[in-house]
Amino acid sequence: MQKLVSWIDERLPIVDAWNKHVGKYYAPKNFNMWYFFGSLAMLVLVNQLITGIWLTMSYNPSAEGAFASVEYIMRDVEWGWLLRYLHSTGASAFFVVVYLHMFRGLMYGSYQKPRELIWIFGMLIYLVLMAEAFMGYLLPWGQMSYWGAQVIVNLFGAIPVIGDDLSLWIRGDYLISGITLNRFFALHVVALPIVLLGLVVLHILALHEVGSNNPDGIDIKKNKDENGIPKDGIPFHPYYTVHDLLGVGVFFFIFFIVVFFFPEMGGLFLEKPNFEPANALKTPDHIAPVWYFTPFYAMLRAVTVDLFGLDAKFWGVVVMGAAIAILFVLPWLDRSPVRSMRYKGWLSKIALAIFAVSFVILGYLGIVPATEGRTMVAQILTTLYFLYFILMPFYTRMEKTKPVPERVTG
Amino acid sequence: MRKLIFGLFITILPALGLAAGSSVPLDTMEPDHANKASLQRGAALFTNYCMGCHSAEFARYKRVSDDLDIPAKLYEENLIFTGAKIGELMKVSMNKDQSADWFGNPPPDLTLESRLRGESWVYSYLRGFYKDDSRPLGVNNVVFENVGMPHVLVSLQGLCAVEPKIGHSASVDPLSGNVNNADACPEYAIEGSMSSAEFDRAMYDLTNFLSYMGDPVKLERERLGIFVLIFVAIFFVFAYLLNREYWKDVH
Repeated sequence: MQKLVSWIDERLPIVDAWNKHVGKYYAPKNFNMWYFFGSLAMLVLVNQLITGIWLTMSYNPSAEGAFASVEYIMRDVEWGWLLRYLHSTGASAFFVVVYLHMFRGLMYGSYQKPRELIWIFGMLIYLVLMAEAFMGYLLPWGQMSYWGAQVIVNLFGAIPVIGDDLSLWIRGDYLISGITLNRFFALHVVALPIVLLGLVVLHILALHEVGSNNPDGIDIKKNKDENGIPKDGIPFHPYYTVHDLLGVGVFFFIFFIVVFFFPEMGGLFLEKPNFEPANALKTPDHIAPVWYFTPFYAMLRAVTVDLFGLDAKFWGVVVMGAAIAILFVLPWLDRSPVRSMRYKGWLSKIALAIFAVSFVILGYLGIVPATEGRTMVAQILTTLYFLYFILMPFYTRMEKTKPVPERVTG
Repeated sequence: MRKLIFGLFITILPALGLAAGSSVPLDTMEPDHANKASLQRGAALFTNYCMGCHSAEFARYKRVSDDLDIPAKLYEENLIFTGAKIGELMKVSMNKDQSADWFGNPPPDLTLESRLRGESWVYSYLRGFYKDDSRPLGVNNVVFENVGMPHVLVSLQGLCAVEPKIGHSASVDPLSGNVNNADACPEYAIEGSMSSAEFDRAMYDLTNFLSYMGDPVKLERERLGIFVLIFVAIFFVFAYLLNREYWKDVH
């Protein structure tokens, strides 16, 4: 075995790579439970890839056959129902862990210098993930698949001048059709997963270049022992590999409760109208995207005024796009001398709390039908969402921060 | 381009909540997939009364026969009317274009109806027919207004002369001891062969069967789920001990 390893290592630096990224990658020893979600996102990604490959074996990407082939998987394919529920629940689980992973970053300032690129790669992953989820949702070819895609693709039509041609180009047809289904299938199973995997590699390479942040936001590389090893660092393997197994255990327990007992999650993970085949002539009573898109959908609907001769829907799309785009520049908005929320002032703490609560309530508002009152609440919350970012350069500099300790506090 | 804008408009309209679905009160129905006798009676009702028009084309006869403990031979002799083989999908011979002419819409496939509408809706709908001479077929439904379907079960239930009370739970009058609302229909225009209670039980069985059809793996899934969770719990104990062992020297 040793001989084989050295044979390969003389030709390919596997020992170096192992040491750099796992065996001698020194991570801060004070990670808390918020640090589980990165490895859990990897776990869900693997789940999506494997179940996805097997689903592809029985799925039929045509307008005539898609819906029936999903039911064929659910009924006639050995363990097909399990593959499908693992995949559909995995999609929602992916967003759960990614949102928590991002919140961890916001809390502990993990986007601050020198980790700006890690944050940007992470945001790109989030974008591709949204595209991946959106295109995957069309594939079962149910009513909500169809009309959800119709609404979202039509959003591009709100862009002045080129909008209509752009949405026509995306669909490949005048309305969502088998042509759209086929191209979404190609993008969902081939193109986007490749991009996603590439971005994940970049995300992790960039992370391992500068080292992991921690709940104290301390740079552990400033305190090294005589061997050049950070005093507050421990090797990722075996310490965090065994530690992450705990997270995996808890995650799987919750995940499998959903998969085996509540696969529809009350209509949140699998929406009820999707149990009816797509019908271009019949609009469902209430079109709502899947829960992970609803905060942005609520923002889209919150914009109700026409401006500069362009209608409200266009500005809604702009607001929705800006809500995601503004996250990209976050590393340059935070002017605080400290990273972690533990040592930031109360202004930052309140701002983050308001931001998180706004995002969750917007998510709820995007699920339920809009009323006048709800739209007003959505408008206020959308404003709060943006204020968190726009005011960040000011409140992070104004506030009094606490002194950061030299060593991690456990 | 104008067509596109119009298409955009009609698609975004419901999204804006302007056409939010109306909700009618329903009688609650709790399915029980372990009750094989109920499912068998439901299968018989479904095949005899529904499958003239409604297909269940994502399901196979064989699966129903296996899951419901109905011997294949018995099933073939009594519950397949189309001459299909038992391994085939549960299709109907009714032509969709013709049936669209007859009823306005072709009768929908019912394989997934219970998951689309919910069991309580199906149960209430089946008991919601009443006499309405203003409708082409002479009947209407309190759960599905202006429904295009005739009251197929009229020979069993009879025809309610007035709107039946669906979604009003039965209550006992504390003074007289009389039960109110036990019977959804107070007055019949046509008498059926079943009593009100018998019909309700039959509709429970039929709904139960449709619930099974929507999610045939439910029992098996929940049985396996217990073992999976036990496995994960044991895994967690070992992961916890392993983690404690490694981390005991880290300060």
